[in-house]
Amino acid sequence: MSDTPLELQLCHDLRTAEGLVTLNVELRLERGSITALTGPSGVGKTTLLRSIAGLVKPQSGRIAFGQEVWFDSDKQIFKIPQQRRVGLVFQDYALFPHLNVRQNVSFALKKGEDQGRVDELLREVELTKLADRRPHQLSGGQQQRVALARALLPNPELLLLDEPLSALDRAMRLRLQDYLLEIHRRYQLTILLVTHDLGEIFRLADQVVKMDEGKIMNQGTPEQVYTSEFEPSPGPVLYGEVLSCHVENGMATVQALIDQRIHKFRLSAAEATSLVVGQPFVLRYSVDKPVFEKVR
Amino acid sequence: MNFEPLVLTFKLASIATLILFGLALPLSYWLAYSRFRGKVLVEAIIGMPLVLPPSVLGFYLLLAFSPGYFFGAWIEEIIGLRLVFSFPGLVVASVIYSLPFMVYPLQAGLQALPVSLREASYTLGKTPWTTFFKVLLPNAKSAILTAIVLTFAHTVGEFGVVLMIGGNIPGVTRVASLAIYNEVEALNYSAANQYALVLFVITFAILLLVYSVNNRLFRVRHPA
Repeated sequence: MSDTPLELQLCHDLRTAEGLVTLNVELRLERGSITALTGPSGVGKTTLLRSIAGLVKPQSGRIAFGQEVWFDSDKQIFKIPQQRRVGLVFQDYALFPHLNVRQNVSFALKKGEDQGRVDELLREVELTKLADRRPHQLSGGQQQRVALARALLPNPELLLLDEPLSALDRAMRLRLQDYLLEIHRRYQLTILLVTHDLGEIFRLADQVVKMDEGKIMNQGTPEQVYTSEFEPSPGPVLYGEVLSCHVENGMATVQALIDQRIHKFRLSAAEATSLVVGQPFVLRYSVDKPVFEKVR
Repeated sequence: MNFEPLVLTFKLASIATLILFGLALPLSYWLAYSRFRGKVLVEAIIGMPLVLPPSVLGFYLLLAFSPGYFFGAWIEEIIGLRLVFSFPGLVVASVIYSLPFMVYPLQAGLQALPVSLREASYTLGKTPWTTFFKVLLPNAKSAILTAIVLTFAHTVGEFGVVLMIGGNIPGVTRVASLAIYNEVEALNYSAANQYALVLFVITFAILLLVYSVNNRLFRVRHPA
């Protein structure tokens, strides 16, 4: 095992809903890093992943992992998926419907290989209790964990995830991000994941690769890639709705609904004049004090 | 009642179905996944028995199998088998005649499976062979069942082809459908009715059994 990272350079024509897109990408993944691949749909993110896994043969280019050359169009080298040590988690999870959870994971075992690793991985993703369930009896997040355990079983050095968490609710996403970080730490994997979620990118990724129209537009740490994009913020802004407003002795007590919760404020009667019960408002935090404004 | 034609019918249908299943597995796999351009030609040829009058197919098979022509002479010389007016000839003709009933449902069943199942198996290091038998076929159970039943039933119902190629020889090639025709020709309606009724009841029972099993398979995989 060497420390050379994944290196790829490839060219491939894609027919998408928006017409012909030429995928033309050069990319390096450092060993043990987590890289997020992001960008609008139909720009070749999935094709890039599938090329690395060996499910798509690019028209030209080169893909090397460590000392191994997986693809080289000049030298006519193309390693089939079975010969690459890549774990791939599909967007639709691709669990085998006729097998239960344990069988899905142990499917990845080689002939005569010990079952112990299956138990270990099931424990890891907390699915031991559901081992006898079929995929259709599981929630999205549980299916996702089965797919993850199954992809990890052959001990891949490179894990590819195609929008793994996009179909899940927020709480489940956060938990699965924890799993991913834990697994990344434990197995020292190199991870490449497709995602659109900014929170996910900042939480997980060492490196972000933004793609558009088949090309890499921007690349770097999440801070480098995203901080340049945003205007400096004047401070947090909250949107709410006024529920009630009582004025007494020159002071107003306002009850407002902000983010599905009721909050109480005390303002001067003058400040409260712009607030109307039943109307939306904006609450701006400036450095010294909050400012309420009517929404126009 | 002479049971010979009925036994012959079910023997023929069983053997033809068995052979067709073995033949159709690789063929339908190839048709489902190959991107070979000439594929449509193969599909069209396989589908011919669906639209061709059985007598036309039977006529050409009769010519092809006859020792007076090249193929028939060649077969007789190589394996010493005469395919006209013989039971092996009926089997070969039935295999050709029922081919689309086995191949098409299998092909459709395989194509209906998500591509990612196959790809997931490959990335887990499994060969196409293992993937086919351990992943694809088990998930195409209802297609397999449909293919087998359609093929069996279609072979039981053969008339034109078996008449042309088999020649209605009692105990050798006179299957139930021919026996019914014979009895009607001889104005022996009650004997014809006996054969007809047995075929009717047995085929209905088979279909009923198969579709109820299929229904259950289907429900288990797609809960409401």
